[in-house]
Amino acid sequence: MADMTWNSGSTRPEVRAAQDAEARRRSRRRREKIFIWLGVASTLFALATLAALLIDLIVAGYPRLTWDFFTNFPSRRATQAGILSAWVGSLLVILTTATIGVFLGVSAGIYLEEYARRNWVTNIIEINISNLAGVPSIVYGLLALGLFVYALGTGRNIFTAGLTLALLILPIIVVATRESIRAVPGSLREAAYGIGCTKWQVTSDHVLPAALPGVLTGVIIGISRALGETAPLITIGALTFIAFLPSPPITSEFPYISFSWLFDGFTVLPIQAFNWISRPGSDFHANAAAAGIVLLVITLGLNSLAIYARYRLRKKLQW
Amino acid sequence: MTSMPHIEVAIGTSQHAKAQPGTTKVAARDVNVFYAEKQALKNVSVDIPEKSVTAFIGPSGCGKSTFLRCINRMNDTIPIARVTGVIEIDGQNVNDPAIDAVELRARVGMVFQKPNPFPKSIFENVAYGARIHGLASSKAEFDDLVGRSLKRAGLFEEVKDRLHESGTSLSGGQQQRLCIARAIAVDPEIILMDEPCSALDPIATAKIEELIDELRENYTIVIVTHSMQQAARVSQRAAFFHLGELVEEGPTAVMFTSPNDKRTQDYITGRFG
Repeated sequence: MADMTWNSGSTRPEVRAAQDAEARRRSRRRREKIFIWLGVASTLFALATLAALLIDLIVAGYPRLTWDFFTNFPSRRATQAGILSAWVGSLLVILTTATIGVFLGVSAGIYLEEYARRNWVTNIIEINISNLAGVPSIVYGLLALGLFVYALGTGRNIFTAGLTLALLILPIIVVATRESIRAVPGSLREAAYGIGCTKWQVTSDHVLPAALPGVLTGVIIGISRALGETAPLITIGALTFIAFLPSPPITSEFPYISFSWLFDGFTVLPIQAFNWISRPGSDFHANAAAAGIVLLVITLGLNSLAIYARYRLRKKLQW
Repeated sequence: MTSMPHIEVAIGTSQHAKAQPGTTKVAARDVNVFYAEKQALKNVSVDIPEKSVTAFIGPSGCGKSTFLRCINRMNDTIPIARVTGVIEIDGQNVNDPAIDAVELRARVGMVFQKPNPFPKSIFENVAYGARIHGLASSKAEFDDLVGRSLKRAGLFEEVKDRLHESGTSLSGGQQQRLCIARAIAVDPEIILMDEPCSALDPIATAKIEELIDELRENYTIVIVTHSMQQAARVSQRAAFFHLGELVEEGPTAVMFTSPNDKRTQDYITGRFG
């Protein structure tokens, strides 16, 4: 009581308490307002920066986005240079990455979630997979250079690039697979076991189809990350100026399908853009901006595809 | 059995007239179940007669579902669960390492508390089990099997025009009958039902109960239920579980009118549970 009445003069305690409560309410409201404005300001700052970048990119690069730009090889003359070898390279590298990454990532996710016993070994694996997601991409490049290119002699080609990027996106796919498997309701598993399914039948016939939307989202997000990676590919020796295409996957002779493109040299879109931007002269910078736009559109397109696929598959699966 | 006619009237059912205790289908001796350190079931021994309905009753957490899941070894799917003791089906111990749990579950079907059809078509829900166990091969055989199973589950008339719609598009009661059809399609000898009506409204419940009464002509049925009225309506024998122990078991009619154990009486009269 002594404390409370110390600076309240002659005011009665209950009036004083009401005043205190009112003051507390006001300060609470004030603090809430400050946080709201802080939040709005941060969001606007991020959005404005992104918008400025986009506008700058489009203004600089849009005039170069002609049909020729997609069908021309790079050239010493900026106005004749195109991204043919870059987008074909990107496509083939991503195809290789997706094939290896999905196979390894989904298998590892299924194993860890459905089959692995919970013990210290799986705990260590789990912690390491989470850590791998945070490893800088250049480290993957160094690993690939040392292990694949030098030790295993896979060469500086599309195959090595795909393998490297697959490692890079592996944690994303593994985590997405595990999380979507974990989200499958236990009742579905019980239903399958109850009718006499083996463990593999439960997994392949019921759990995986139900987990597919989530797995697919993880795969596409991983792929759109791999698409923009530059550092590890430069490390393993991607070319920066390339005026030929990898050998075609379809041939005129039996067996009509060829995988020799896997072992050809390559470049990819971000490397091509990097190469152009490091040249003097605004003409080449416009090319870089245009290549940037193409890359951005592909990435956003893939992300939209991920959202759409998830939406469609979720709608199909209801319980 | 001599007191049966009197009790029949007392609990208001008529089905007990045909309740001949058949030969023992399932015989359990000293079954214990542990979840990690916690003992969920203590020395349960019970005989379940063939082609009749046996009800397991008792308050929540008393071990009745746990025991039910021992019969088709569903507890195998829970890593921390450990089962000891002997459960014989036709004289064969299901806990014998030589017994394949997958084959066992084809012989002992299960219907769960919450209807859980596969997120596939109605047809595929029923056909799936037969497919994995190789019970049908041609399209005609599958059509026949699916039709027969749905008819037995009393669902055929309601769904015959939309067999290719998703099983999850049905109402709760229809879904549960679909789950029963799915179990029947594998041609089991025993059907375990774990509170099959607890998620259903009274009309859907009545339909399922009617169905259970029909199914006992061909199948041995074990049902776990919270509802004593349901146990009285559908079962010929009842077993009362309390705190992991089997307190009492016997003909439903006897148990509901003159229980031996004080705990059974207290539960039945609604003093706890």
